[in-house]
Amino acid sequence: MKSLILHTATRLMIGVLVLFSLFLFFRGHDEPGGGFIGGLVGAGAFTLYAIAFGTEASRKVLRVHPITLIAIGLLSLVVSGLIPMFVAEPFLTGKWLFIEWGAFDTKLSTPLLFDIGVYLCVVGFIVTVIFSLEEE
Amino acid sequence: MLTVVALIFIVALISPWIYKLFKEKSGWVLALLPFGSFLYLASWLPHIAAGNVVQQSTTWVSMALFEVNLAFYLDGLSLMFGMIITGIGTFIVLYGSGYLAGDAYLPRFYCAILLFMGSMLGVVLADNLISIFVFWELTSFTSFILIGFTHEQENSRRAALQALLVTGIGGLAMLAGLVLMGFASGHWEVSALLNEGDIIRNNPHYLAILILVLAGAFTKSAQFPFSFWLPGAMAAPTPVSAYLHSATMVKAGVYLLARLNPVLGSTEPWLLLVGGFGLLTLLVSAWLSLSFTDMKQILAYSTVMALGTMTMLIGLGTEMAMKGLSVYILSHAMYKGALFMVAGAVDHEAGTRDVLKLGGLRSLMPISFAAAALAAISMAGIPPLYGFIAKELVYEAALEAPLWPVLVITLAVLANIAIVAASAIVVIRPFLGTKVETPKKAHEAPLSMWIGPLSLAVLSVLFGVLPFLIDKSLMVPVASSVYGVPMDFYLSLWHGINLPLILSLVTLAGGILVYRFWDGLRESAPMKVYQNGFAMGPIRGYDGVLAGMLGLAGWQTRTIQNGLMSNYLVTILITLLIAVGYTFLTRSGIVWNPGFGNVLIQEWAISIAIITALGIMLAFGHSRLTMVIGAGVVGFGLALIYLMHGAADLAMTQVLVETLTVILVVLVLIHVPKLKDLRSTTSRVRDGVIAVAAGAMMTLLILAATAAPFDAFISEFYAEASYPLAHGRNIVNVILVDFRALDTMGEVVVVAIAGLAVYALIKMKRFGSSSDTNTGGRTSSGAASKQGESS
Repeated sequence: MKSLILHTATRLMIGVLVLFSLFLFFRGHDEPGGGFIGGLVGAGAFTLYAIAFGTEASRKVLRVHPITLIAIGLLSLVVSGLIPMFVAEPFLTGKWLFIEWGAFDTKLSTPLLFDIGVYLCVVGFIVTVIFSLEEE
Repeated sequence: MLTVVALIFIVALISPWIYKLFKEKSGWVLALLPFGSFLYLASWLPHIAAGNVVQQSTTWVSMALFEVNLAFYLDGLSLMFGMIITGIGTFIVLYGSGYLAGDAYLPRFYCAILLFMGSMLGVVLADNLISIFVFWELTSFTSFILIGFTHEQENSRRAALQALLVTGIGGLAMLAGLVLMGFASGHWEVSALLNEGDIIRNNPHYLAILILVLAGAFTKSAQFPFSFWLPGAMAAPTPVSAYLHSATMVKAGVYLLARLNPVLGSTEPWLLLVGGFGLLTLLVSAWLSLSFTDMKQILAYSTVMALGTMTMLIGLGTEMAMKGLSVYILSHAMYKGALFMVAGAVDHEAGTRDVLKLGGLRSLMPISFAAAALAAISMAGIPPLYGFIAKELVYEAALEAPLWPVLVITLAVLANIAIVAASAIVVIRPFLGTKVETPKKAHEAPLSMWIGPLSLAVLSVLFGVLPFLIDKSLMVPVASSVYGVPMDFYLSLWHGINLPLILSLVTLAGGILVYRFWDGLRESAPMKVYQNGFAMGPIRGYDGVLAGMLGLAGWQTRTIQNGLMSNYLVTILITLLIAVGYTFLTRSGIVWNPGFGNVLIQEWAISIAIITALGIMLAFGHSRLTMVIGAGVVGFGLALIYLMHGAADLAMTQVLVETLTVILVVLVLIHVPKLKDLRSTTSRVRDGVIAVAAGAMMTLLILAATAAPFDAFISEFYAEASYPLAHGRNIVNVILVDFRALDTMGEVVVVAIAGLAVYALIKMKRFGSSSDTNTGGRTSSGAASKQGESS
């Protein structure tokens, strides 16, 4: 779509939107947000870009094919489920790793990996559908 | 034993890299693996011969209801099968390296054949019922890959699918039988079940267990009328046929029956079903083998006959039958493996396997001829080969049959007459007589291709002349484990002049006679009818069932998925009205307690906005855009209500989904033709009635649901457990990714598949056929509207 306002706004917005989606994603375990909501915002960012500059440009910004995102997402889901099985616990049991840095702590966990999978699948799904329809 | 099976699987998976490393020598390198496994198994021989068994177990899945152990059990029966699998497997890997030399798919062959070998070894060594089933299905699966090896050819694909469907469906029936058996006895280990035979036999479900297990065994071991997939599977390359469809996989069913004989056997249904099907199979297929001229087809039907013989012996269940079975399995594996490999070598070197187009290869392929001749003499049951001992024992067992011995022995002799003739055909026709011009200039096969058949043929002679080499060490333990009670016997070539020997002479004479008149017999009208009925009949049945299923699927898709949105809605709403409405009225009844007093002013405002939006949509909804906007108002209104009640996550999701939905719908709307209501007044009234009824029902349902006291147990649990158990304060997210992660996983998979489906449908439309007028119409109108937009 040819619109100076849209183009300028989109250039400024896309970074903010992607950051916002990551922000929503990471705070999701304790505050409103999470993989699904973050994924929707992320998909919105690339959709906006596609509306402003066309799907070709948006694909370039995304770098990977959206279906690859779906694939990596599904893989993350399965891997996060398999990890606890190596310590003889049922599929998808949450396993946690707490790293203390002194000032602030880091929590790594299989639910985090699971949420990454949800995030990627949501982004991949919406972007796949919107790109396909737009290129139609 | 776990190490051996696991090692085979691991090497199978890395075999492509081994191939890159050793190139054409990789066959010899990879053959070391089955050979090593063979030596390992052989090292247990003295231990097993002393009457011991070996058990090794690793817990895999442990649950309250049952546990699955990677348990392995080695006794005479599994040891013999294990040695056949690894021993012949060694030769097959070598043979394959020669047969498929230069084939681009050779690495794939190594990988698949080793995967198969590991699975098959798993079947015979596994102790746990569930692990047996898993390995069993793996053999079906790898066999599918191997039969369809030359997947460019349609008949290969068809044969592979046929084998997979037949053995796969049987396998599922077997799973049901094994599970019933596990629950009936409380034991999931075969070794434990062996002592619980009486509990199973007296269980009220015994007949069901028996039939289900037999369905698995009969389909796998190609018992008539499920035998048709095996000759079809000859579409596979010969190394595969020689290995899977003569020496190993098809014997999995026989193995299972033999293994379960002490558990399920010695009952009347067992005798009638197992013995009866075996007898039918051996007679029908023995004579079918004479109706073909392709060496592999002849051998395939003679294999079905051998499988029938084994099944019959298990069904008879006498001591003599078990003795015969143990000898017969080994002798069959040796001669049939050798004959298949020679048939492949002939095909490979001369360019055809049709016996009518071959002749006089003796001088050109002397080693193959020697191997084929010895193996065929063993198959015909002529002394002093090992096959002779086997056939004598089969006759003795048939004479001692607990039911109708005269019938059993007559049919057995009749079948063996045909097998003698078949043995003569596969050796005399291609190798003796005058030289015939063959499609390829024939010469001896390479070392890798004759070492296997020759070794197996020589073993047939060795074990025939010197049967004491294996009788106490292997045959006695095998027969004992099938019989369930320790046995003791010795084997010898010469039993004195007795009835079996006389019957053997009759068989031989009859076979020679049949061979003399084979050309006439093959072309005769009765033989054609026979072949048409018994070989083609089951295939027609299979095709008919398959076509029927596809037809049914097509019919119900056309009826239910007819592409009319209004039909879908009407169907869904009417089903909902009947199913939910009935339950609602009978279980709860109407509750009228709206409680408008608690509603806040802003909630009124939002509700009125939603209802107004819906009203506008209904009244002026002649353009799709109006409808989209109306739906959007509803969605955003709901999001506001969520927000007011503190469900921030739901509200955010709702807003985002609404936003993206608008974009999606607009993108779709570009391609959709203008909205036209073509309904008649009657159907409009009908739709209206249904819509109002559905809406009224939902309203009443919600009123009734909110009137019921709210049980906060679950929500309180999540609120309390969220942080201590899952380290998260956002309950919604913790539920999604941790407490109910399996649900989320299912939903995400649905989303992923839906995405792939949309992608495929849109891309397919682009590459699809232009004959589809519907699609064509849509595309042109889409293009038109795009033009309209840009102008």
